[in-house]
Amino acid sequence: MDSPLTQRLDLFLPGQLDVTLLRLCHQLIEHHVDFKSSVMMAIQPRGVYLGRRMHALIQGLIPDLHMPYGELDVTFFRDDVRRHASPLIANATKIDFLVEGKRVILVDDVLYTGRTIRAALDAMLAFGRPASVELLVLVDRKRQRELPVEAMYTGISVDALPDEKVIVRLKEGGGEDSVRIESR
Amino acid sequence: MLSSRHLLGIQDITVDDIGLIFKTASEFKEVINRPIKKVPSLRDVTVANLFFENSTRTRISFELAQKRLSADTINFSASSSSVKKGETLLDTVNNILAMKVDMIVMRHPNPGACVFLSRHIQARIVNAGDGAHEHPTQALLDCFSLKEKFGTLQGLNVAIIGDILHSRVALSNIYALQKLGAKVRVCGPPTLMPRFIHGLGVEVSHDLADTLSWADAVNMLRIQLERQDVRYFPTLREYTMQYGLTMDRLHAAKKDLVVMHPGPINRGVEISAEVADSSSSIILEQVENGVAVRMAVMYLLAMGN
Repeated sequence: MDSPLTQRLDLFLPGQLDVTLLRLCHQLIEHHVDFKSSVMMAIQPRGVYLGRRMHALIQGLIPDLHMPYGELDVTFFRDDVRRHASPLIANATKIDFLVEGKRVILVDDVLYTGRTIRAALDAMLAFGRPASVELLVLVDRKRQRELPVEAMYTGISVDALPDEKVIVRLKEGGGEDSVRIESR
Repeated sequence: MLSSRHLLGIQDITVDDIGLIFKTASEFKEVINRPIKKVPSLRDVTVANLFFENSTRTRISFELAQKRLSADTINFSASSSSVKKGETLLDTVNNILAMKVDMIVMRHPNPGACVFLSRHIQARIVNAGDGAHEHPTQALLDCFSLKEKFGTLQGLNVAIIGDILHSRVALSNIYALQKLGAKVRVCGPPTLMPRFIHGLGVEVSHDLADTLSWADAVNMLRIQLERQDVRYFPTLREYTMQYGLTMDRLHAAKKDLVVMHPGPINRGVEISAEVADSSSSIILEQVENGVAVRMAVMYLLAMGN
């Protein structure tokens, strides 16, 4: 149960999230046009629901499109792997294509310190040398970046405090869509 | 997080530990099947492989696992060291640790050598076999291979066949299989059964045919020719006649048995060449899984700093 002291702030009004996701899709289409050499890669564990949703939405908008989609686990590539108090549990990497010469669209739910993305760039090299890498995130937590990483496509930007949590839940993971900031 | 700072034996770890090791190992198995098989997870960790007893595959498997994790490694074998000059185990290890080593992988002829070490040093210890006591990573990779094959070990009938007396693989496997819910039967000549085997809660049989028809999977142990200073059976030929796994016996068991062997195989002694090379055998899968499981063990131990 949530403690009564927990405060929540929804970042999207009802229905607004769908519009934002659709906007992100159109921005991708604007840049990639036919997606001929584009691939989408979502970051485990929390980016994959967003990745699956985005991939399905784009496939729906461009009927004959077959853009490869994969899920990348970056646990073993993190620079903080041995500095965490709790263990970092690995998730499955499901990538059945090479990124050699491809334009990679990297998808994650929240961009915060930038360390996950750095690890993802490292992890991706095991699958080839991409022509380019773009980052799409649903929530950009500005201000507390620890590495020079910026997203090319952003759903919403927020200024959350360090002790606040940005929680993205999508219905693919069970329950309802919700994107919110929780603070105690 | 693992419940223990070291991996000294299967007896000391929990079912949750095994689950975490398996989960991590399956992700590492995916990694080692990539074109680029390396991850940088342990690039700030130094591991010393101390082999006071000969080993080829276990040492190679550990070394490869360390390299895949980007750890720095040093290798040490007793035959080329100051142990010959009379240095004690603790002195040898403390000298190595003084050079800032984070983890020790040790094989030693004396049972309990790793436990002894764990009481005196800070570094993480992985037991790679201590005498006839335990060989935990072998049991983990055997069970991991069975889990891959059957989905679960719950209710599985697993027979361990051969030289139970001298086998650390047998003891670690018994602990691991029982923790994971499998039923265990050991089978071999009475002279190669430990005296207190019943205390482990396993079935004991001296009848190979009956054991084969009972089992879903069999683990054929190597006859340790180097330990046969006392005569445990009249001749190797007689042993093979009674306990050697042949194609005929495999077919007589009627169901699809899974055949394992921890290696190295004595072809034509405990297992015939045809069985070892048959589709029932998962011996080479075991070797592949060995690297993934050892990566998982060292990765998880190194995390608990």
